Amino acid sequence: MSSSHASSPHYYNAADLGRFSEIARGNKDLAEKFFAWYGAVFAEGALTAREKSLIALAVSHAVQCPYCIDAYSKDALEKGSNLDEMTEAVHVAAAIRGGASLVHGVQMLNHTDDLGM
Amino acid sequence: MSRILQTLQKRGSTLASGAGQRARLAEVALPRTFERALESSALWPLRPTRTEILQINVGKRCNQTCGHCHVDAGPDRKEVMPRKVVEAVLAFLARTRIPTLDITGGAPELHPDFREIVVRAARLGAHVMHRCNLTAVLLPNYADIPALLAEHRVEIVASLPYFQGRETDAQRGDGVFEESIESLRRLNALGYGKGSGLALNLVTNPVGTFLPGNQQALELRWKGEMRRRYGIEFDRLYTITNIPISRFLEFLEGRGKTDEYLTTLANAYNPAAAAGVMCRNTLSVGWDGSLYDCDFNQMLDLPIESTIPQTIFDADLSLLEARAIAVGPHCFGCTAGAGSSCGGAVA
Repeated sequence: MSSSHASSPHYYNAADLGRFSEIARGNKDLAEKFFAWYGAVFAEGALTAREKSLIALAVSHAVQCPYCIDAYSKDALEKGSNLDEMTEAVHVAAAIRGGASLVHGVQMLNHTDDLGM
Repeated sequence: MSRILQTLQKRGSTLASGAGQRARLAEVALPRTFERALESSALWPLRPTRTEILQINVGKRCNQTCGHCHVDAGPDRKEVMPRKVVEAVLAFLARTRIPTLDITGGAPELHPDFREIVVRAARLGAHVMHRCNLTAVLLPNYADIPALLAEHRVEIVASLPYFQGRETDAQRGDGVFEESIESLRRLNALGYGKGSGLALNLVTNPVGTFLPGNQQALELRWKGEMRRRYGIEFDRLYTITNIPISRFLEFLEGRGKTDEYLTTLANAYNPAAAAGVMCRNTLSVGWDGSLYDCDFNQMLDLPIESTIPQTIFDADLSLLEARAIAVGPHCFGCTAGAGSSCGGAVA
């Protein structure tokens, strides 16, 4: 059990990903529930584990989580995905993020219509 | 092929020698030694089960210089199994009736006696396996070999890291993928991989510093992709972990990732994989006739237990099957995750 904060005063530290399980320190029960659920989510199901890994990679970019990008870039490769597929997944995330911004432009249009002559 | 690298040996690298590699691996601070990991699984000392495979490394000559090669094979290597060792191997096979002869290298086809080894081993009733890089059999003087292999029902275990060119060529050299596909088409045309009993199995090593995925899931996907993209059929896909020795160790050193990769392997230790490691049912013979616990130990110059005969000339199977297998940190490569062997995942 160690804190990297004093020695590495940054908001993100790559080594912290390996310490994820330490989140149980404050509440073991909730951590166990989370990790069990997390494992079940990524198991083979109606979607393959490889497909889920690509979704996770895309979402990692959408939520801009550096730990998740580290983890799922590696996981996607291990699951047999290739750079073309991974790049397309990231573009899907980027398209949704970009689209989400742009579609709010309709709100802007509503306001300009409302305020203008 | 436009990319032919010089081997570690040719470049005078410290990683060319087994001692140099072992010294570097010993520097890595791991959570525990491989011996202690085995001890935790009640497997220490590691003992053979029954010897089912005699694996012979007929030499280090190869027409490729793959970036992950644990043999440091290449066109500039001169080691070739001499005739007297070939004879001793075949005599040992005849005497012991070990069921499978697994021929590896280098590119085994480049050995001058390769054809004869295949024919005579098959006549002895052995199941013969040929570890094939897919491109050597396209060379002018070796184009007859696939038909010979088919005639003697030889199982082909062919290296292909990925079903696309970018990944395959990154590991094996520019143009290798295209030639490999041509070679696989020819093997299919001979009946290999078509369910007629001529086994064509593919081997995929990760193209990088990550572990292989689930073998069954990958095989399912690969079969679809190889059929859809290239019209190629095969029987099994074997996933093999890159072992951190020789040229893959050099790659790790270049990226500053040796410690990280070994730690990943050590943390992924799987007792079920440890119980099924290939050194328990395989005996490895070097090009000069020396005996080893596996092809990796061979490349690290890590000999078999010193109290028993050390060469194929005086090999004694009963003594060999009672030996303690030599291990080191590189062995974590065979016990990580689902495990890794010349026949793919083990757990």
